[in-house]
Amino acid sequence: MVLEVLYFAWLRERIGQPRETITTEARTVRDLVAQLAAMDDWHAQAFADMRAVRCAVDQKLVDLDTPLDGAREVAFFPPMTGG
Amino acid sequence: MSARVQTAAFDLAQELQGFGAGAGAVVTFTGVVRDDSGRMAALELEHYPGMTEATMNEYGAEAARRFDLIDWRIVHRHGRLGVGEQIMFVATAARHRRAAFEAADYLMDWLKSRAPFWKREIASDGQAEWVQAKDSDETSLLRW
Repeated sequence: MVLEVLYFAWLRERIGQPRETITTEARTVRDLVAQLAAMDDWHAQAFADMRAVRCAVDQKLVDLDTPLDGAREVAFFPPMTGG
Repeated sequence: MSARVQTAAFDLAQELQGFGAGAGAVVTFTGVVRDDSGRMAALELEHYPGMTEATMNEYGAEAARRFDLIDWRIVHRHGRLGVGEQIMFVATAARHRRAAFEAADYLMDWLKSRAPFWKREIASDGQAEWVQAKDSDETSLLRW
């Protein structure tokens, strides 16, 4: 499966790019995080504390155990601070 | 009934033209950039295009259902904003005052911790720092 992975705010800065295309066998968001964190030090740092990371699959806010069946876009970001 | 995200400033009078026809009560809320540290030069807002509009529309529709709104409008800015500039705007229209107030409050609470915006404070010396989400924002949701 090929996924577009997006990063926002300090996750984008830590990883050094706003998006990347990832080929993965991950079944859930948690599996994908494990794969990304193993890529290099920047990814490892970005995903070091998952309490500070939120995730959206195809632009819907989800939790880490959400399956990735049929997903096309996964985004990672810190808790929102709009308004 | 509409949600918009934009860089440009907005005009309250213009936003309210034709808004909530037939309502007994219109409530508006405007968020303004404030300087808590006393050394802020600007606020920078990043958002997630696509998801931002979808989220604002989802909560607008939910507020309309819950509070039986006649009309609602959300405008949220992104990009670089100066202290004192408007950052966002919520308007609700209902038959009665309490529903309009509650719907505006409800929308603000949900947008604050569910709409994908991130704020960064740029200090006058150029230092930039991401604004941390507050636990109180999350607990504010529990009352709904």
